[in-house]
This record gives sequence, structure tokens and C-alpha cells, in this order.
Amino acid sequence: MGGVINAVIQPEPPGLMLAQIQNGPTQMVSGNIFEGLLRYSPKLEPLPELAESWSASEDAKTYTFKLRKGVTWHDGKPFTSADVLFSIEMLKQTHARARNNLAQVDKVEAPDDYTVVFTLKQPFGPFLGIFEVGSMPMVPKHLYEGTDWKTNAYNNAPIGTGPFMFKEWQKGSFIRLVKNPNYYEKGKPYIDEIYWQIIPDAAARSVAYETGKVDVLPGGSVENFDVPRLSKLKDTCVTGAGWEFFSPLAWLWLNNRQGPLADKRVRQAIMYAIDRDFAKDVIWNGLGKVATGPSASTIKYYTSDVPKYPYDPAKAKALLKEAGYKGEKIRLLPLAYGETWQRWGEAVKQNLQDVGMNIETIATDVAGGNQKIGDWDYDIAFTYLYQYGDPALGVGRNYVSSAIAKGQVFNNVEGYSNPEIDKLFADGAVATPDSKRKEIYEKAQKILVEDVPVAWMLELQFPTIMRCKVKNLITTGIGVNDGFKDAWLDK
Amino acid sequence: MLSFVAQRVVKGVIVLLAIVVLNFFLIRLAPGDPAVVMAGEAGASDQVFVKQLREKFGLDKPLPEQLFIYVKGVVALDLGFSFRQQAPVAKLIGERLPATLLLTLTAFAISLMLGVLFGTFAARFAGTFLDTAITVFALIFYAMPIFWVALMGILLFSVTMDWLPSFGYETVGANLTGFAHAVDVAKHLIMPAMTLGLFFMATYTRMTRASMLEVKRLDFVKTARAKGLSDAVIQRRHVLRNALLPVVTLAGVHAGTLIGGAVITETVFAWPGIGRLMYDALLQRDYNLLLGVFVTCSIMVLIFNLITDLVYRLVDPRIEFAS
Repeated sequence: MGGVINAVIQPEPPGLMLAQIQNGPTQMVSGNIFEGLLRYSPKLEPLPELAESWSASEDAKTYTFKLRKGVTWHDGKPFTSADVLFSIEMLKQTHARARNNLAQVDKVEAPDDYTVVFTLKQPFGPFLGIFEVGSMPMVPKHLYEGTDWKTNAYNNAPIGTGPFMFKEWQKGSFIRLVKNPNYYEKGKPYIDEIYWQIIPDAAARSVAYETGKVDVLPGGSVENFDVPRLSKLKDTCVTGAGWEFFSPLAWLWLNNRQGPLADKRVRQAIMYAIDRDFAKDVIWNGLGKVATGPSASTIKYYTSDVPKYPYDPAKAKALLKEAGYKGEKIRLLPLAYGETWQRWGEAVKQNLQDVGMNIETIATDVAGGNQKIGDWDYDIAFTYLYQYGDPALGVGRNYVSSAIAKGQVFNNVEGYSNPEIDKLFADGAVATPDSKRKEIYEKAQKILVEDVPVAWMLELQFPTIMRCKVKNLITTGIGVNDGFKDAWLDK
Repeated sequence: MLSFVAQRVVKGVIVLLAIVVLNFFLIRLAPGDPAVVMAGEAGASDQVFVKQLREKFGLDKPLPEQLFIYVKGVVALDLGFSFRQQAPVAKLIGERLPATLLLTLTAFAISLMLGVLFGTFAARFAGTFLDTAITVFALIFYAMPIFWVALMGILLFSVTMDWLPSFGYETVGANLTGFAHAVDVAKHLIMPAMTLGLFFMATYTRMTRASMLEVKRLDFVKTARAKGLSDAVIQRRHVLRNALLPVVTLAGVHAGTLIGGAVITETVFAWPGIGRLMYDALLQRDYNLLLGVFVTCSIMVLIFNLITDLVYRLVDPRIEFAS
């Protein structure tokens, strides 16, 4: 046991204080420093982490968590229920997703040091799905209470309860984590140190792996067209697992408000016009899966029993004609996330031109693109979003009319408004039992697929490439984001 | 000379303030909102969150007020706070500046020395095979984009031959000290410095050659030759010295802009310098950090311009400091 793992982190995280910064790279590094109350299996069943057991009341309105005893922060102070209460208060102010997730919580109490009781305003179906480290990281009360959180010195040298401790960050070069010798799971972690290497250029990241300088390329670290080549290298193992909790789904925002796209038939024509199998097989090198609707097949209550949109240019043309489309100009915003996305933008443009649509590509960087989308100044725009395991957490936000708010991205920017859908998502979040939720969400999926508020493209797969000697890195549905706890090196 | 320097410094400060104001508005002209970028990265962009961020950045204040706050800070030598990186801008720049200076000054020294050397040779042996060879190579290096040279260098020297490291400033985790550390850094420096230096070297080669050939035709060279001076003395003392003036001008301009030019090199080779800091800050619309880097670069340009003017005087004593 022991040893050092060199992994790539891309891009360099802005900071490591997970309670205040929630972008992907921050979570990937800090998910080993901080912990949540629960983890999730690849099937998204809750697993113990800082909570060793939990139970729900009959009416599904009270949840009791029993905390693990003998857990200490990296500075030696004990972790107790007071930390949980403090973390929740802090997260409500600093963590937008946690605030939304906690909206149904009426009160949180700690009857003793190792028990936390959540009382909900009404039953909330996905409640047990909101406790993973990125969604609800535990923060040390003794270091943050009464301080200015934004400028607290521990933001730059974070203290958590996790299997690894922060050691060093050479900005622009690497972040170094070392083993927590007092970790509560005896014997773990097995690895002594993790170096997260910061290499900004995608080709240089591939070379770093090829030349043996790094051992792990987490999903999304290299361009997709490099994946097949790197996968074939000696002693290299590849897995697409570890993204089940996030379930990234790619789609095209379609601006439902104005122009030809306000007509449902034009939006349906777009679904028929785009060769999504080509995108999967050629642009994404066979990785991923063609999406059937608003839910990825990996999240709860998914159904494939929805209207289908196979690649059918003739049908697309017929629908466009029926809708009276006369070649009005349509602006397409590709996603500035690198070469793969650029190529995808080209392919979609070609598909749409083939059925007679007049497409103009607008080139922007990510910040510029986000502003255009947030200001509704677009016709078609690429995006991909995480779904967080449950339609109430990661699907509804893109389709309910209460999520239409100008100036923001990742909500209902397409401007789709359907009272029936609003009601279904409102009911689905609080319905019991599970079978009732299933029924509601299946109905919602059918309606949405018929209406095509956005054009669903692919369930993305971000393969993790690593040396085969790295074992057990991906054991949960959160993957590399909290995975180094169980990882070990085969010598 | 002192009054000359003092005058230039005062002018420099005025130029700097103008640059700050101009950049302040230019950055904000680009579409993209730092609050929305950060909210987007957080995977949640509800109204409360974006509003909170705007207040935190001071972006909710009117633009003239934002400018006033920023300029007041700069005058007091405070470059502000990067909310994205949760650290003072001056600290972030200070951490990265040494690596960039090491890279750019090495590249600059290599390019200037080799450029002048090759240019002199080419002029001395004008019309011969050596001249053609130097000119052709210079043209090739001048024409190749930096990122391509960098990638080819990595392919050849790292992947194929395994001679040089492909990325970074030092071997991570090796914990080397003293001489061993210096050697390690030098190994990491070779490829990025050569990549960045080759382009400029090509420029100086061509410039030196052209300039020397021009000076060679002038009357005073004929006179020197008539006086019976040796060819080496004529080349070194009369031709080269006069031919260097345009090269010095060009080098002065280049030296100031090398920091900006290092963006691509630093990105490809994962060199932890200020160029990359600037690039990231731009993509993330980290206004304070971006302005801070611009101010730093502007100061560099002003300093190098001043040095250029002083060097002029050394190269050609006929030039006087106008006061």
C-alpha cells in the first residue's frame, strides 16, 4: 500500500473551499478533503459517509441522521452535530444549489452531539439525494463561525474531515494533498499523496499521460478524439463509470419565444434533422448515448416510452414546409469548450442546412455565450447540464415557468411555459409513495418530448483514463470526485 | 541624464493612468458578466446568487463609481481583490511574475544574441550559401506559428526522444534543492524559451542582416576601408554598431510585449507564468485580475522603452538626451 498518484485537474480551480465554490475542478480536488453526510452508489442508493445511519418517519416529513463517532477535523477537533447545523446555515447563503435543495426543510435540530433531525414542510421525494459532498459539504464550525467567510484564511488552506489533507498549492503548477493519518476508517486511505497537475493545453495533457508524467486523466481532461489513441496505450484502463450521479445531458437550447422556433413543428423538425448517431459515433468516438428526452437514462423515473425522433431529413423538410418556414435566418451558438464541441457545432449546422434552414454560427467564448443565452439573445445554443440523480433536482429547473428569469443561465432560458408541466413538476417533488412520483415524471417526460422545448442530443460520457495499476478509484456514482478514499496502487 | 529619466517617469505615469482608464472600459465592452460566469460554474444561477455575486464584485455600482474606486486603488498601489481566486491581485501577480520573467528574459537573451550573431554572419557572407541557409531558416522560424513549433518540439523532444520534460516549471514531487533544482528548472525551461525565442531570433537575424548590408554601402565605411582598417574592425566597430540601432528599437518594443506574447507558450508548456494568468482571467472575466495584469505589462513596456532610450545613447553617442 501507499504510493503517490499524479492526476490531471482541468481547469485550475479558482479555490478549494467547496462550500463557497462549486465548480467541477474544485469539487474534484476538494471532494477528497471535505465530506458529506452520504455518498451514492452507481445506482444512486445512499451510502454512509459522515452519517452512519438514517431513517425517515412514516409521513416522510422527518429524517433522522446518526453521525459517525470518533471523526475529527484535520486540525484534531471533533466533528459533531453542531458542525452540521452550522454548515447548513452557511450553505444556505453561499451555495445556490444547496439553498434550493433545502427549500423544503422547515427546521434542523441536533438533540445530541451525534444526531441531526431534519423536519420538512412537506414530503420531498429526492431528499435523501442531496447529501453528497459537492451538494452539501460539511464545514468546520470552529474555524468559520463569526468570521468573514469570503476572506477566511482557511479558504486557501481548507480543513475538512476527508481522507486527504490539503498540503500545498503552487498556483499554475500543482495542488498537493497528503494522507490523513487520523482518518476514521482505519487503514484508509491507502494512497500517501495525490498531486493534481495543472496543464492548461489539452494536447499537452495527452502527452503528459503518454510520457508517464501523470497516471489519471479524469473524465473530460483530454479531447475526445485523443481517447481512442490513449486507451490503446500499454497498461491503460478506461472506464465511463462514475458519472451516474451527475448524468451530464447535452442539448440545444431552442428559443421558444420568437421567430420560426416559436412553432412546435419547427422544433420537431430540428429533432428529425439532426443525425445524433453520427454525433455519437464520429464526434464523440462512440462514447455516450443518444438522448430520448429530458431525463438521462441513468436518473430516477426515466422512461424510454416517449415519442421518438429518428434521423429523418425528409420528415424534417415536410414539417418545416407545413410550418411555413421561409428561410429566415437562425443564429446558432456553439459551446466554446474546445475542439470536440466546435466540431459538433459544425455538424449540427450542416444537418440543419441540409433540410433548408438558414443557419448563422455566432462565435463567442464561454462568458460571452452565457451572457447571450441569459439575455435570450440567441435562437439555438449548445449546452450540457448535470441532472443530480433526480428530476426534482436537475430536470424541472429547465422546463417549469417559474424558472424563467432573464440574466441567468441554466434555468428555463428557452422560455417554455406549460401549466400542465408546472403542475407535474410541483407535484412530483412532494408526492409519495415512489410509484406516484414515477407516474408523474413519466407523464411529464412524454409531454415534454412531444413539445420539444429544447432539442436533446446525447447523454455524455466522460471516460476516465488511468494506468491499470490504479485500483478502485471509481466505486461510487460520484466517481473521481470523491474516489481517492478507496483507491490503491498495485505494485 | 537624470532629468531625462525623471521626465520619462512622469510621462510614463500619465500614460499608465490613461491605459488603466482605457482598459477599464475596454474589458467591460466585451460581452460576458463575471457574476454569471461564476454562477454558471457553480451549476446554479438563481437570481439571489447572481445578485449576491454582483454586490460582492461591486458590479452593482454605476460604472464611473467603479472606475473611481479602481483608479483610487491603483494610485495607492492597490490592484484590488480577485473574488474568483479569493486573493489580492498583487499577490497573484507576484506569485507568477518570476516564472514569466525567467522565461521571457531567457528567450529574449537567446533571440537577441543568436539573432545578431546570425544576422552579422549572413551580412558578412552575403550572397554565399551560408547567407542563403541562414535567411531561409530565419524565414521558416518567422513564419511558423508559436503553438505549432511548441507542439512539434514536444512531439520530438518529449514523446519521441524523451530528452526534455513536456510541461511544467519543475519536476513535481521531486523536492529538489540547490543546484539539482536549478538544473531541473533549466531542463523545463529549454523548450518554452527556445519556442518563444526562435520567432524573435528570426526577426533579429533578418533585421541585422538588412541593416548591416545597408550601412556597408555608406561612404564612411569606404573611408574606413581606404584608411586601411582591417575588415574585422570595420565590421565590428563601424558597420555593426551603426546597424544595431534599428535592432535595438525593435528589441525594446519586443521586450515590453514578450509578456503578452508568452501566453501561448505558457499555455502549451503549462508554464506557471503571468501570461496564463491573464488568459484565464480573460476567459473568466475576472476584471480586477485582468486589469492588474495589464497594468503590470504596461509598466514593463514603459520600463523597457526607457532602457531602450538609454541603450541608444550607449550604442550611438551622437544621440543626446533631449531634456
